[in-house]
Amino acid sequence: MTGTYAHAAGFYSGDRPRIVTSRFEHADSYSLERYLATGGYQGLRKALARPATDVHDEVKKATVLGRGGAGFPAGTKWGLTPEGVFPRYLVVNGDESEPGTYKDRLLMERDPHQLIEGCVIACYAAGLSQCFLYIRGEMAHAQERVAAALNEAYAAGYVGKNILGSKFSVDVVLHWGAGAYVVGEETALIESLEGNRGMPRLKPPFFPAAIGLYGKPTIVNNVETLSNLPWILTNGAEAYTAIGTATSPGTRMVAVSGHVKRPGVYEIINGTTTFRDLIYGDDFCQGIRNGNELKAFVPGGGSAPWFTPDQLDIPFEGPQAGAAGSMLGSGAIMVMDHTTDIPAAALTLTRFYAHESCGKCTPCREGGTWLERILRRVVDGKGTDADLQQLIEVGTSICPGDFPHASSTRLGLAAVPFPYKMTTICFVGPSAYTPVHSALTLFPEEFEARVTKRTHIPVTAVGVGE
Amino acid sequence: MSRLNDANVALAKEIIARYPRPKSALIPLLHLSQEQNGYITNDAMAHLAELVGVTSAEVYGTASFYEMFKFEPVGKYVINICGTLSCALMGSEELLHRAEHKLGVKAGGTTPDGLITLEHAECQAACTEAPCLQVNYRYRFRVTPADVDSLIHDLRAGKLSDEIPAHGTLAKVRQHIPADRGVGAVAPEAATTAPAWFDGKAAL
Ligand SMILES: Cc1cc2nc3c(=O)[nH]c(=O)nc-3n(C[C@H](O)[C@H](O)[C@H](O)COP(=O)(O)O)c2cc1C
Ligand code: SF4
Repeated sequence: MTGTYAHAAGFYSGDRPRIVTSRFEHADSYSLERYLATGGYQGLRKALARPATDVHDEVKKATVLGRGGAGFPAGTKWGLTPEGVFPRYLVVNGDESEPGTYKDRLLMERDPHQLIEGCVIACYAAGLSQCFLYIRGEMAHAQERVAAALNEAYAAGYVGKNILGSKFSVDVVLHWGAGAYVVGEETALIESLEGNRGMPRLKPPFFPAAIGLYGKPTIVNNVETLSNLPWILTNGAEAYTAIGTATSPGTRMVAVSGHVKRPGVYEIINGTTTFRDLIYGDDFCQGIRNGNELKAFVPGGGSAPWFTPDQLDIPFEGPQAGAAGSMLGSGAIMVMDHTTDIPAAALTLTRFYAHESCGKCTPCREGGTWLERILRRVVDGKGTDADLQQLIEVGTSICPGDFPHASSTRLGLAAVPFPYKMTTICFVGPSAYTPVHSALTLFPEEFEARVTKRTHIPVTAVGVGE
Repeated sequence: MSRLNDANVALAKEIIARYPRPKSALIPLLHLSQEQNGYITNDAMAHLAELVGVTSAEVYGTASFYEMFKFEPVGKYVINICGTLSCALMGSEELLHRAEHKLGVKAGGTTPDGLITLEHAECQAACTEAPCLQVNYRYRFRVTPADVDSLIHDLRAGKLSDEIPAHGTLAKVRQHIPADRGVGAVAPEAATTAPAWFDGKAAL
């Protein structure tokens, strides 16, 4: 079935290899019956027939890059737990709330058993004693689907005591949040799971794999990351790395939203599919709506510096996006056509991060609010050139030094590669500045046209340092 | 009077038992309380504090961090209209204006009959289906201004009460771990050696 739209809102299959979305076109893809009829729990069975270290090695060989944003290989992360320290926990990050991101919710709603199987395999491979599956609070339907699937899986012996009649036992506990973006950050997720305010912990030196939930070694993995494991254990790491590129094997889910003809969620071949394929390809978004011109796009979730048509031929691949001045983050592309009011678009993102600041670090708490207010003033046509300067100054206090941005032939700018330096604990603070910086750097004229008092405005100097 | 009722106390105890530390159950229990009462009251927080063994100030400290918990009564239906980039690009501001106009309240307000609270929300993880909104955390995709009108009409006419439970009820399905199938909470201080099954040999 090509290009199915049925059942899963916004998902299109296409003629591509599929790993995590292979059941999506079945109306009952979430049921145990369908799961078992389509190879479900075979990966777990194969895993339990091997020693845990073997299973861990298989996942390492597959190089499953984390899909939550940072792209760290799952097998390597599991190996970072200190030897001999127990118990170890698994916390599943289902808090999906990065602007533009839409994939984990689909995976939880459409194939909850695949996720549960992935959790159980991870626990077995890394010696994890209990699993907490943390789902974003606002996702009522995903919670229902996962709860129902867990109930089925317990009854059928795929989770809990003596899984598949083996000596291996582990509980998977469904937990749910209550609305706070920053809780998606792994240490905040752990705080929240301990019943606290979801504020990130300072790291380094201690990462959750060493000191996490209740001070014990804790693996935090994203929903999509774990959903890959059943397929890998069923088909082997070699089959997995045969898809995609050496640095980015397998597939990846990407959500493309905004001004495209066919916004949707696509499982793409990792590393080779370009932004042009995704935005213009017949199999993907089929171009910009109404035949409009592409103006800019956010390549990797609201936290990512923006790209312009200059960057369309870059493949969806981490290091290449990084060198070009941005990142792939959580696999979310937001497309803006030529009708977009750039300062106003930036404001919606800056407001988001300012609103979501947990308040722990001053540059984020104060800076985010300042950025939002100043930008609002500019968007409302009440700003001055001093406001533009102030935006840069506030941004520089959150991220000192050169800030990454894309190249622009139109403006004669060279790219500044990702990442940035930051004065905050987590990325929420820098993310409030990212849209402001991208918009100011790539579209200075839209700000200049907006401000009322016009002395000499050095806004083209925001690309300082390239 | 908004302590958990007996049935919910039983459920609360079942939930608490799944966690190595009782306080971990706090957010789920706050949801349970909100489901029972529609919002979180001081009495409720005092009761939850007793149940998980912390002070009520700690319960409030946690609860007040999270947007979904309401400390004053809200409408039976809370409409959240997303305003982040993908939805904004597809015209969500117009939806918010339409809803404000139709309901006669600004974002953040509740209609005088207590039926509907309108909120401006941030990204709801449905970006390809923009613009979107949620009613009591249940989605409406690719919403037009006319859809806003008919949604409000249907809510007022009581047509959606089956599909959308009153504010507070999140999921209609709960996890239940059968006593004979569950392993039980693994306490950090109790299980300090490798689990028995993690012995270098195949489990099956
Ligand atoms: C502010 C912030 C928000 C985040 N939100 C999420 C999220 O919603 N879901 C997610 O899986 N990871 C999120 N992450 C990344 C997590 O911290 C963590 O890297 C990830 O869950 C690890 O899983 P992975 O290795 O499987 O990708 C966020 C990070 C930051 C800094
Ligand atoms: S950067 Fe912002 S959200 Fe992150 S810890 Fe600091 S104050 Fe909290």
